[in-house]
Amino acid sequence: MSEPTQTEARRIAEEARDRVRFEEEALELSDQVFRVARHLVGSREEAEDLMQETYARAFRSWRSFTPGTNLRAWLLRILTNLNIDRGRRQQRAPQTTSIDERGDYYLYDKLEAAEGKPLDEERVIEKLSQGSIVDALAQVPHDFRDVLVLVDIGEFSYADAAQILDIPIGTVMSRLHRARRILKGELAEEVVK
Amino acid sequence: MQPYLDRELDEAQMREAEAHLDGCSYCRRRYRFEVSLRRYVRTAAAEKRMAPELKERLSALRTPLH
Repeated sequence: MSEPTQTEARRIAEEARDRVRFEEEALELSDQVFRVARHLVGSREEAEDLMQETYARAFRSWRSFTPGTNLRAWLLRILTNLNIDRGRRQQRAPQTTSIDERGDYYLYDKLEAAEGKPLDEERVIEKLSQGSIVDALAQVPHDFRDVLVLVDIGEFSYADAAQILDIPIGTVMSRLHRARRILKGELAEEVVK
Repeated sequence: MQPYLDRELDEAQMREAEAHLDGCSYCRRRYRFEVSLRRYVRTAAAEKRMAPELKERLSALRTPLH
C-alpha cells in the first residue's frame, strides 16, 4: 500500500483532532448526563452501567453527531434508547396507572393547612427535606418519570425532551403534568403527617 | 401555570400570565411554591454524583491516539 498523500495525511490529522475534541466535550458533560441517568433508573449500579454503554456507543458513532448542535441532548438520546433496549416497555405505550392522582395544588394546600398560615420558602424547604425526593420519584411510573427527569432535573426544553424520547411535544406536556402531580402527591404523603 | 413555569409560552401568553399573577394572590402564592419546589428537586437530584472511578472508566473509553 502506498504512503498517504499530503492531503490525505492532513485529513487524517484533522479528523483525529475533531474526534479528540468531541470526546473531551462529551466527557465534560458526563456529570450532567449522570445526574439525569441516575434518576431514570433504579440504582447507582444501573446508572453506571448505562453511562459506560452510552459513552462507548457515543465514541463509536461520533461522526453521526452534527457539530454545533446540542451534544448533551444527543448523548441523552443514546442513553434513553439504551435504557429502553435493556428490556423496558415501549415508550409509546405508557403503563396504565391506578395511582390516585391529586390536583395540582394538593401538596401546597396540605402544607399550608398544616402550617396554619401562608408558606415561606425556608419553611417549604424544611418540610420537603423531611421527605425523600428520590423515593418519591421512584413512585412515578417510568414513562412519566422520564419526562420529569429530563425537564425538571436535566433542564431540557419540551422540544429537546420530545426529541430525546422520540415522542410528540403534546405528549411531553401531558406526561410532565401528570408526573409532577404524582410526585407532589407522593411528597405530600411523606411530609404531611 | 406549568408552561409559564417552564418558560414555554410565547410573548403574548407570558404577558397574560404575568398580568394575572400580579393581581391574583391565590395563584401567586402557588406559583412561588412551584418555583421553590422545582429548585429543591433540582438541588436534591444534583446530590447524586458520579463516583471518580466511573469518570476514569469513561475517560478510558477514549479512542487511543497512535
